[in-house]
Amino acid sequence: MSNIEVNGRTIEAQPEDTVLAALRRAGVRIPTLCAMENLLPSGACRLCVVEVEGQRNLVPACAFPVTPGMKIKTHTPRAVKARKTIIELLLADHPDDCLYCARNNNCDLQRLAQEHGVRARRIHGEKIRRPLDASSPSLVRDPDKCVLCGRCVRVCEEVQAVSAIDFVGRGSKTHIGTAFDEGLNVSSCIHCGQCVHVCPTGALTEQSHVEDVIQAIAAGDKHVVVQHAPAVSVTIGEMFGLKSGADVAGVLTAALRRIGFAKVFDTSFAADLTVMEEASELAERLTKGGALPMMTSCSPGWVKFVEQFYPKLIPNLSTCKSPQQMMGAVIKAFYAKQAGIDPHKVFSVSIMPCTAKKFEVSRPEHSRDGVADVDAVLTTRELAQLIKMHGINLKELTPEGADTPFGERSSAGKLFGATGGVMEAALRTAHFLVTGKELDANFKPTAIRGLNGIKEAKVKVGDKELTVAVASGLKNARTVLDQMLSGERHVDFLEVMTCPGGCIAGGGQPLGVPLEAIRERMQALYTIDKEDTLRTAHQNPSIQKLYKDFLGKPLGEKSHHLLHTHYEVRDVA
Amino acid sequence: MMQNDLQTASTSRIDAVLARHPGAARDSLIPILQEVQEAQGYLSEDAMKRVGQHLKLPASKVYGVATFYNQFRFSAVGQFHIALCRGTACHVKGSAKVLDALKLALKIEPGQTTKDGMFSLEILACIGACGLAPAMLVNGETYANVTPDSVRAILHDCRKRSAKNA
Repeated sequence: MSNIEVNGRTIEAQPEDTVLAALRRAGVRIPTLCAMENLLPSGACRLCVVEVEGQRNLVPACAFPVTPGMKIKTHTPRAVKARKTIIELLLADHPDDCLYCARNNNCDLQRLAQEHGVRARRIHGEKIRRPLDASSPSLVRDPDKCVLCGRCVRVCEEVQAVSAIDFVGRGSKTHIGTAFDEGLNVSSCIHCGQCVHVCPTGALTEQSHVEDVIQAIAAGDKHVVVQHAPAVSVTIGEMFGLKSGADVAGVLTAALRRIGFAKVFDTSFAADLTVMEEASELAERLTKGGALPMMTSCSPGWVKFVEQFYPKLIPNLSTCKSPQQMMGAVIKAFYAKQAGIDPHKVFSVSIMPCTAKKFEVSRPEHSRDGVADVDAVLTTRELAQLIKMHGINLKELTPEGADTPFGERSSAGKLFGATGGVMEAALRTAHFLVTGKELDANFKPTAIRGLNGIKEAKVKVGDKELTVAVASGLKNARTVLDQMLSGERHVDFLEVMTCPGGCIAGGGQPLGVPLEAIRERMQALYTIDKEDTLRTAHQNPSIQKLYKDFLGKPLGEKSHHLLHTHYEVRDVA
Repeated sequence: MMQNDLQTASTSRIDAVLARHPGAARDSLIPILQEVQEAQGYLSEDAMKRVGQHLKLPASKVYGVATFYNQFRFSAVGQFHIALCRGTACHVKGSAKVLDALKLALKIEPGQTTKDGMFSLEILACIGACGLAPAMLVNGETYANVTPDSVRAILHDCRKRSAKNA
């Protein structure tokens, strides 16, 4: 611990601190664009410059180490002017179409210009134009709005271990691009959307399906149904002034009915269905043999990651479709038939915390006879837009129940929203399937809960002790896979969620939220589970009924046809 | 040569370069790219992918590094490779106008190759021939005091030579 002086006030700093870290801890705010929590500084944007006594030039706080007794001034006219000039320079090469931008009122560049009192265009110059990349089914890149902070490049490389994008070119020609400047659709992009979260401007956004959904509802010739994912109901309230982690499944259902959806289903029901199939698959692999460890397959970014980077491990992926796709399949193959509706006339919408789900629905193996399982995917952000557009205030609605036959869920299905949740839900049912007894009594799930990137636990299932591991964030997944392949780590069952923390921190979730909000969303899921009486998929009466009336048994012929899928080796650069 | 033969020849040239760098790591990226360009005349996408696999680097990273440096080109050089000096002395003596004339006549930008494969264009920083400014190289042969008119004549001459050899 050492003391430093900031603006005449003494604050405490840790020996390893950068100036920025010490300032933040002491509550001294200075602007940043390129700085990222928990990653090494890149010093690219220079917005965090401060005056340090004895230094001739302004120094970037993010990359400057503290020394005992150093004297810092954070908001001298010189420092503020430098920051303002940087913002003015960024704006000189910016389209200035804020009113038409997805990030209007939620943009770091706009906010910084406002905070620094930029009121006139002082710097004029040629604006560099590059084509919009809308080739991806999930994401849109607009290089004109890019400020080259490099945060997307870093999250893609350092958090997700994908590196689909990098800085290309040099000087005024520098831009963010894929290998060989190809479209994002043919790159190694896994569609996770973590880049959207870190982008300070509107250069990265999701591929919007809002218009498709509005049109489908308005057209009137389609039966428009909707499902919403477990992470969405514990998040959407935040965008309407409710507390982080408030579970608003009931009012969300009410809002979706007002918007005009004919039926509102709960993806957590399909998560229960996934548990039935996946736990059966695990039991079968354990007893009859099959590729182990079995790896979960709910997270489409992770699935593509395995297909392109670890093709040898494709047999280890569970063949189960994700809950979204299972729900899509049973809506069109079972519900439509039961309701006497031509599956071609059903328009199936899903609301997901995820941008990769937009990619997942576009995979050709997720349609049958030319009918896609799911027709449109809205992110949590698009959902908020749709609700606001309809003038609905979630605070004013009375909760309503979801629709049969896919409205009833166990709390296990709800856990799918957080890292470790799929594992916990699947273990509860796998234990029952193998032993005929419930798991709860002798298993403490604490080890596989929480926000750690890699978690491990031992579980006794019958006479076998299983080693289960959970990873979130694909860099962590890569670590686990490499340790498995080198023989350093033994795993029987591996859950991977693409986004760090799981779906609650997915690429389609609200932007600019602190880690605390993610924690509260997670807590909300575990509170639901704690308070629920129906806590396992196999006890869900609606699931039992679906197997009795339609599917037969898990891993049966109908399941194989509707609920399971296959994967392909992908050759990407 | 048939297309396949060309591809095989190119592949084996890349193989030969990579074979000289067994167990290389990311710090060898630039030397390897230089050798590939030496062997192949330019950096093909395939070559950059192969170099990336060899060094366990994503192709985006290889491409990012390669595009940062002026020395790398991404299309095969033409039958006549034109390198124009854009150093300070040449600039003062009018090389910007010469560049405009070349771009107009060839309909390509620096770093590119004409569709018929006859000409490629490259810009060099000072080549140390300031006494000859503006200076230009065609396949390594130096032309002194070039002007928009003289380069048009040089291009014409190249086409004639090519037709005669055909």
